[in-house]
Amino acid sequence: MKFSGFKVVKEALTGHKGWTPLWRNPEPKPAYDIVIVGGGGHGLATAFYLAKTFGELKVAVLEKGWLGSGNIGRNTTIIRSNYLLPGNEPFYEFSMKLWENLEQETNFNSMVSQRGIINLIHTDAQRDAYRRRGNAMMLVGAGARLLSRDELKGMVPFLNFDNARFPIKGGLMQERAGTARHDGVVWGYARGADMRGVDIIQNCEVTGFKIEGGKVLGVETSRGFIGAKKVGVAVAGSSGRVMAKAGMRLPIESHVLQAFVSEGLKPTIPGVITFGAGHFYVSQSDKGGLVFGGDIDGYNSYAQRGNLPVVEDVLEGGMALMPMIGRARLLRSWGGIMDMSMDGSPIIDQTHIDGLYLNAGWCYGGFKATPASGYAFAHLLATGRPHETAAAYRLDRFERGYVIDEKGVGAQPNLH
Amino acid sequence: MTRLTGGLIDRNAPLNFTFNGKAYKGFQGDTLASALLGNGVQLMGRSFKYHRPRGVVAAGSEEPNAMVELRTGARQEPNTRATVAELFDGLTARSQNHIGPLHRDFLAVNDLLSPFFAAGFYYKTFMWPKAFWEKLYEPMIRKAAGLGSLSMLPDPDDYDKGFLHCDLLIVGAGAAGLAAALTAGRAGADVILADEDFALGGRLMSESDALDGANAMDWVASAKAELESLPNVRIMTRTTVFGVYDHGIFGAVERVSDHLAVPGDKVRQTLWRITAKRTVLAAGATERHIPFADNDRPGVMLAGAMRAYANRWAVSPVKRDGDAIAIFTNGDDGHRTAMDLIARGAKVLGVIDAREAAPRFGDYEVFAGSTVTGTKGRLGLTSIEVTRNGRSEWHSVGALGVAGGWNPNVHLASHHRGRPVWNDDLLAFVPSPDGPKGLIPAGAAAGKGGTAEALTDGMKAAITALSEIGVAASEIALPKAENMPSEQAAFWHVPGTKRAWVDFQNDVTVKDIALAHKENMKPVEHLKRWTTLGMATDQGKTSNISALAVMAELTGKSIPETGTTIFRPPYTGVSLAVLGGGDTGPLFRPRRLTPTHHWAEAQGAAFVEVGQWMRAQYFPRTGETTWRQTVDREVLAVRSGVGLCDVTTLGKVDVQGADAGEFLNRMYSNMMGALKVGMVRYGLMLREDGHAYDDGTCAQMAEDHYVVTTTTANAGLVYRQMEFAHQCLWPELDVQLISTTDAWAQIAVVGPKSRELLTRIVDGFDLSNEAFPFMACSELTICNGLRARLFRISFSGELAYEIAVPARYGHALMQRLMEQGADLGATPYGTEALAVLRIEKGHAAGAELNGQTTAQMLGLGKMVSAKKDSIGAVMSRREGMAAEKRRLVGFKPLEAQTQVMAGSHLFTQGEAQTMTSDQGWVTSSCYSPHLESYIALGFLKNGAERMGEVLIAANPLEGKELKVEVVSAHFVDPEGGRLRD
Amino acid sequence: MLIPHPLLGLRDSQEFTYLGDANLMHRPDATAENAEAQFCDYVFQRENPAGVHRELWFHEQGDRSWLVVTRDTTTHEILGAELASNVKLGAAE
Repeated sequence: MKFSGFKVVKEALTGHKGWTPLWRNPEPKPAYDIVIVGGGGHGLATAFYLAKTFGELKVAVLEKGWLGSGNIGRNTTIIRSNYLLPGNEPFYEFSMKLWENLEQETNFNSMVSQRGIINLIHTDAQRDAYRRRGNAMMLVGAGARLLSRDELKGMVPFLNFDNARFPIKGGLMQERAGTARHDGVVWGYARGADMRGVDIIQNCEVTGFKIEGGKVLGVETSRGFIGAKKVGVAVAGSSGRVMAKAGMRLPIESHVLQAFVSEGLKPTIPGVITFGAGHFYVSQSDKGGLVFGGDIDGYNSYAQRGNLPVVEDVLEGGMALMPMIGRARLLRSWGGIMDMSMDGSPIIDQTHIDGLYLNAGWCYGGFKATPASGYAFAHLLATGRPHETAAAYRLDRFERGYVIDEKGVGAQPNLH
Repeated sequence: MTRLTGGLIDRNAPLNFTFNGKAYKGFQGDTLASALLGNGVQLMGRSFKYHRPRGVVAAGSEEPNAMVELRTGARQEPNTRATVAELFDGLTARSQNHIGPLHRDFLAVNDLLSPFFAAGFYYKTFMWPKAFWEKLYEPMIRKAAGLGSLSMLPDPDDYDKGFLHCDLLIVGAGAAGLAAALTAGRAGADVILADEDFALGGRLMSESDALDGANAMDWVASAKAELESLPNVRIMTRTTVFGVYDHGIFGAVERVSDHLAVPGDKVRQTLWRITAKRTVLAAGATERHIPFADNDRPGVMLAGAMRAYANRWAVSPVKRDGDAIAIFTNGDDGHRTAMDLIARGAKVLGVIDAREAAPRFGDYEVFAGSTVTGTKGRLGLTSIEVTRNGRSEWHSVGALGVAGGWNPNVHLASHHRGRPVWNDDLLAFVPSPDGPKGLIPAGAAAGKGGTAEALTDGMKAAITALSEIGVAASEIALPKAENMPSEQAAFWHVPGTKRAWVDFQNDVTVKDIALAHKENMKPVEHLKRWTTLGMATDQGKTSNISALAVMAELTGKSIPETGTTIFRPPYTGVSLAVLGGGDTGPLFRPRRLTPTHHWAEAQGAAFVEVGQWMRAQYFPRTGETTWRQTVDREVLAVRSGVGLCDVTTLGKVDVQGADAGEFLNRMYSNMMGALKVGMVRYGLMLREDGHAYDDGTCAQMAEDHYVVTTTTANAGLVYRQMEFAHQCLWPELDVQLISTTDAWAQIAVVGPKSRELLTRIVDGFDLSNEAFPFMACSELTICNGLRARLFRISFSGELAYEIAVPARYGHALMQRLMEQGADLGATPYGTEALAVLRIEKGHAAGAELNGQTTAQMLGLGKMVSAKKDSIGAVMSRREGMAAEKRRLVGFKPLEAQTQVMAGSHLFTQGEAQTMTSDQGWVTSSCYSPHLESYIALGFLKNGAERMGEVLIAANPLEGKELKVEVVSAHFVDPEGGRLRD
Repeated sequence: MLIPHPLLGLRDSQEFTYLGDANLMHRPDATAENAEAQFCDYVFQRENPAGVHRELWFHEQGDRSWLVVTRDTTTHEILGAELASNVKLGAAE
């Protein structure tokens, strides 16, 4: 079924009788060419591109709970390609280009909204660093603007310009950045993959890998053994747990990141704003809630919930930056498990086990990467070669000394 | 007026207020909602999506409809539940989310278009043409969406935060909570009793129960009096415990002055972090409704809320006195409302009971086996359709109470992700047994909602909780109470073809759930996200269970099989300001001031934030019109005479012990063990992953005593890393560490005349080049006996010293140096000149030591000793690190007066500028008054071999590029003669 | 969170700074033949268990001792805390 305004009108006039399931609930087949472990954004995007772009016909996605129940359903929905390093920036820009065509590609409105992101500048040194970054963005066509304090005042006059501990001196803006409706991304990819024959199997937990002679033959699941020529794992915060079943340790720690949404408000904040002197970033959803977050709690955790000190820290930043939000109320907070890698950059690579592939280490920036991550992982699974923009995301870059460390803080995941 | 008799309002204290500009009167003890109802106002708001006219539904914080903008100006507060806004004299409130007047909302056109706005519709459209989303569709949606609005002015009120500790935290001061508090209070335990309401009693305030044969509020009053008399009990009303965190820590917000017109000298709200050894969750229960056709009109409300308005606030929810009230129920509870209304003199049409065997408890009509199947009244209920066995009749009513059963308030018990458990007898979820450790649910929150059982349960919970922490508590004499009849049928909604609302605020109807089912959005989380059910400000408190029941019916599964939802903090909305706790504006982070800060201030210095430090940036003099003039003068003064700069912010670590040398040898990449007493060495630290981390100096003051310095930015981090190495890696070494950054004021005395100046303040210390050469250090006294440390080190390339004195003498030392150096032209300089001096000398600083660079890149590769192990040494030799070919070099623009912008990228002339052709970047740049040219530092591929090459420094971000020549990073005195003279 | 400091009793976790897996105390021998491989493992690879985790916390706003805290990463329950230097010296004995 093709979604369109005409279809919505037709169904409205005929009592919504014609709508059909967005995807099937198939029984798992005995074997597939490619099995993707993880029905989150990255797993579903991988399946979508495998089917649509790479012509793979026998693909399954295994999800232990419900589709999109991990970080894709719990994030601050920001999309951007404002990275610094050559290992990252082309990849995120590729992702941005995929975002820009996502709705037409999936025939599903994921509400990609390019309202812009502004990273605030508070010191001259920060401006220099952002100039270097902005220039890197210009080199790949991502676009960037260095904003003066006055320009900024015109755009976001409600920021604390006059009474701040760390004065606002300007900002780096990417106009093409913005937000996307996180659940819409899951559903768009899931529906698109299902339409192209991918079996999406919910409530199917992978309990082990069948590996013989250094080659993966399939996965043991809560719904029985499923054979596979290739297995791609895209389980974000659960990467450590799942790959341990294949006997692997990873350069990854799992940490909790909290995120927050306020009660609905009439339009308040135009785009995305990040506070360069505190730990705070914010946007406003189409529904009207301020969606915001800050740092990870900072300790290893699989609990999907955080603690009060970070809540306070985030709101201290929020109130310091935009004291006019004080009388709005926090509606909900939640915690997700972040696969924090040792250099803050992801891994899309084969493992030493033949046929077993890994997509992990997204830290707390996985959402914006969803399309490119799926595309690049599909490329690797289908062709055996890394996608050109993801070639640096190798598993052996740590031992070989080619880390991609945007923040320059080294092998301590909670600092990335 | 639709006031009844009795109630807990003070009729001698009338209060004036306005709603949508119209003046009304209420009483002390009223909420905005009760006062409006008391004035016959039913219409209070509009729904989110269809802009349907809405009235109050509930009597507590779960209210989904009656949301207002309270107060005006900078104190405007959107989305305030009228049901919990305490009335005060002069209160102003406005309804929200409508265009035009509330009774004629222009956006109500959405209601006519509702067939097009079915669940998930926006995911299926607005995709064409592509550019229209940001330009047209989304702005329209955003404008229509949202609820109340912010004033966009900074919040003028103060907020506070604090810590509290107790043996037993009791959440909720109803029957169970009060019984628990009395039990624990008498046992001598430290008790905190918190309730979100402004008065104690909980549901007892809203019921007509008798305790010990008298008005229940008499018992509440005596319990309150006793608890107030106990020094070990702290009663916190207007305090919502909103979240459960780890290890018995609870987040709570006390609304200190929200019930006042303005806070005056008080804070508005306080954030409490309560650490409790044990907790009794006595948070009561929330009533749910029964969806039926057009069940959302103003005048339709929860029957329990209606009872609360009648009993506590003495108001009848009808528009006009004499309008009849009907009750629609699936159990006995609805009948209680009818009884109480009749007792208070309201006119009751009767009770429509979905059960065939409906009971009758008093003198009113019972419509057994009947349901409500329709309503009329555009802005307020005028009539309902009652149907029995397919036969319908319309009845005129002014209000309808709906009693669908009660859901225990399990929220806090599920904050640690313990899933609530279905109880078939109660037809409700009760708290999970694996909830947060040490939290015991009691009373209605545990599914024991009868007054008698709640009292007993509260008492028992307190005894159990205290026994777990070794406090003996005894049973107390509880008042005699009854459990009212509470039989109930599993009747969840009235089937029909018209819209029946499940989630009022977000306009989710039974049809939407059916559509979600049809589209395979069956998991409860998909249902919520597809339809937005339960995502409104009440977080599904009034809608989740009804929705689950409808979905269960559609899937043919039981409710628990269909799913449960867990709740996340906060329990109810918490103001963003109180979570920030008042640490805003200049108070956002501490300000660290250097010892010469006030002196510099007096000199008219400009200051700059360096981390938490405030440092003097430059010292303008009269006649200087730009900062550049000032900085150029300061730099030239240093290079030609003597300059003074407070460098206290550099980290200092005191390292002592027999193994101190060996310890430092392992911390620094270069050899430190072979240093001599009285000498300083420049040191480079790596991270264990092999990248350059920090640089500084290491001064050996005695055989077993070193003083090391770090960069300002890394002071805390390096100290932490050293303690890690000391305690976690090599505790066997005899070494002790302490950070002395704040203990010593340190002033750099720099320039060809620095020796002459210092000679004037030292107590006979020999400063000659022979006695105290470059890189010497010593303890000494100055100014007739002041203990000091002197280091002959140079960041600028000039003859230079750093002199340290106990921090409290820093200010005096700076004054003395300025006095003594007046004839030498002693010039204070700030961070800008400091930066120019170091760039001229080619010293790395923050932009070069940014955590991404290596010793090789910095030209310090030889400092990583191969003769010993040190942190990061092994990893610095990995393949990729060794292959790194970028090197720190200097750049001079071909046009001397054009600035080379830091952050520019470098390209070979004539090559396309892409990421792959990128040759490096400019890290730091400045104007060198010495060279009368702009200069810069940066990292360049094979930089060491490209001296003299002309490159493009491209800055496409600002649309600029210029030609630069690659030169040595050492612009000044590359041989280093000056600093050794 | 509250951390049971072995010398100071229960302290709020805000006084502490977290580092990570307590295996970071086992720095390899730089003179070993495969030192580089051992260091790569030490610096980058983590068990990252969902369950009991021994981890390093620094009492930065307190007595500046490094602690080895045993904590369950699925529930945040803390099972014990020791002075890191004692742990290290004890292991060496």
